[in-house]
Amino acid sequence: MPTPKISVETVKHVAKIARLELNSKEIRKFQKDLNDILSAFREIDKINVKKVKPSFQPLEVRDVFREDVPEPSLTQEKALSNTKHKENGYFKGPRVV
Amino acid sequence: MTKYTMSVKEFLEESRKGNINFLDFAAALLEETQKLNKKFQLLREICDIRDRLYLNPPLNGLPISVKDCICVKGVQSYAGSKILEGYIPTFDATCVDRLKDNGVTILGKTNQDEFGFGTFSTNSGFEVPKNPLDPLRSCGGSSGGAAGLVAALDYPHVALAQSTGGSISAPAAFCGVVGITPTYGLVSRYGLIDYANSLDKIGVIGKSVHDVALILSIISGKDEKDQTSIGEKKDYSKDLSSTKDLKGVKIAVPKEYFQNLEEEVEKEVWNAIKKMESNGATYEKVSLKNTKYGVAAYYIIATAEASTNLAKYCGMRYGMHGKLEGNFNEYFSTVRTSGLTEEAKRRIILGTFTRMAGYRDAYYLKAMKIRTLIIEEHKNIFKKFDVIASPSMPIQPPKFKEIKKLTPVENYQMDFLTIPANLAGMPHLSVPVAKKTPIGLHLTADHLSEDKLFKIGSVFEKVR
Repeated sequence: MPTPKISVETVKHVAKIARLELNSKEIRKFQKDLNDILSAFREIDKINVKKVKPSFQPLEVRDVFREDVPEPSLTQEKALSNTKHKENGYFKGPRVV
Repeated sequence: MTKYTMSVKEFLEESRKGNINFLDFAAALLEETQKLNKKFQLLREICDIRDRLYLNPPLNGLPISVKDCICVKGVQSYAGSKILEGYIPTFDATCVDRLKDNGVTILGKTNQDEFGFGTFSTNSGFEVPKNPLDPLRSCGGSSGGAAGLVAALDYPHVALAQSTGGSISAPAAFCGVVGITPTYGLVSRYGLIDYANSLDKIGVIGKSVHDVALILSIISGKDEKDQTSIGEKKDYSKDLSSTKDLKGVKIAVPKEYFQNLEEEVEKEVWNAIKKMESNGATYEKVSLKNTKYGVAAYYIIATAEASTNLAKYCGMRYGMHGKLEGNFNEYFSTVRTSGLTEEAKRRIILGTFTRMAGYRDAYYLKAMKIRTLIIEEHKNIFKKFDVIASPSMPIQPPKFKEIKKLTPVENYQMDFLTIPANLAGMPHLSVPVAKKTPIGLHLTADHLSEDKLFKIGSVFEKVR
């Protein structure tokens, strides 16, 4: 696959998905960086891996099961101890609609 | 020299005999740590250890520093990021919990690259640690504060660190100290502020092979809270001193690991290999031909995983908060934009891009397949050899002004020696080629062969 040329629009689109606001200087900087990085990564085009299985973990990981026994969990007070935005024992978030 | 200049072994012996006045020890240690921190900026938080002494055996109050990304109950944990400013964990990471049970004193949280995103500890939302061997130079990264503190603090002390692609070996080498990155899954990741889940490993940095082996023995083992936890547990430090030479040890020296090196590094590491040979080991040159794909595969996997992990930082439940203005997308974007550094944003954008529809198979999936080839290539080597030997880093610690000139691609390339073992999840040990020398001999072994690394490393320490 040819290296995609990253445009200003692509950087803006990706930043929006990632919930980052970039100014025009940052957009130009990241556009250049991304193009440089992806073109350096073209190294991997040289290798054929069609018959290779992917390793999502370095060692084979199997499903781990345990008995479903209720245990004490984080208290409401502790769970809320790190937020500045709370009300009546709930997290208070930004407007959704 | 300080009043308490002694090895960890001596400290354990003296404290067992009751020869240490802990109130005096703690006060002197606190004063010394604060003094060093002014000079080298190694710690983000220093605990008032006089209130935090756990004096029970077997470690009898041995001082331990903790990399900022590992949670300690009640101590601010930032993982080097402003976006976590104000976050005080309500629980201990499993490794910290186990150390407390074994009687350690938690000294504080050490500086690092933001979430581990760097090779020089310069990508931080806070202070950049300076190398105690030369403060104009980098400690390496991302566990830079951990390695720097081990090098600078003339007290019995061991540091908890963490590696994703080389963040233990790089700073250990640059600061002239010892670092072990264990097999993936040997140490529970519960309580680790994550970078990339399939790569993150908690490990140890210390002044000697004995020290890191001792602490790894305590923090390893099964943990139900981490489903990738393996469940292997050994006493790695027990028989270390009984190994006297390297008879029968077979070393593989990959030619790809001796390309593009600084001259001095190449010379010193070859000297180290020859010293092992004259103590009974044999070595053979081999080829790891997939090495050249390592950097690309690693950065694709690591940034893809990081970009999803960092999605949780949105200014609501912990860490940095903003004014509750605008809709949720605007609010999350405002907080994330002001809380993250340039390198974090670069990695999030790169990782988000390579996971996008249309690119996923070409980048992310392909990188996962290359990881398979790198694992198989290593497994093949270990059918015939005990360890792979190489330099830990291609260069000696650079000056900060030199680091500023590096492009992202040049920067990522610095990790080419540490990446293969990290991608393969195989344990690796960095031991300085000589005392207080910023060049590391890098030894890699097969999965769960930490004991081999420690035995070879501890003999090398004596004969180097």
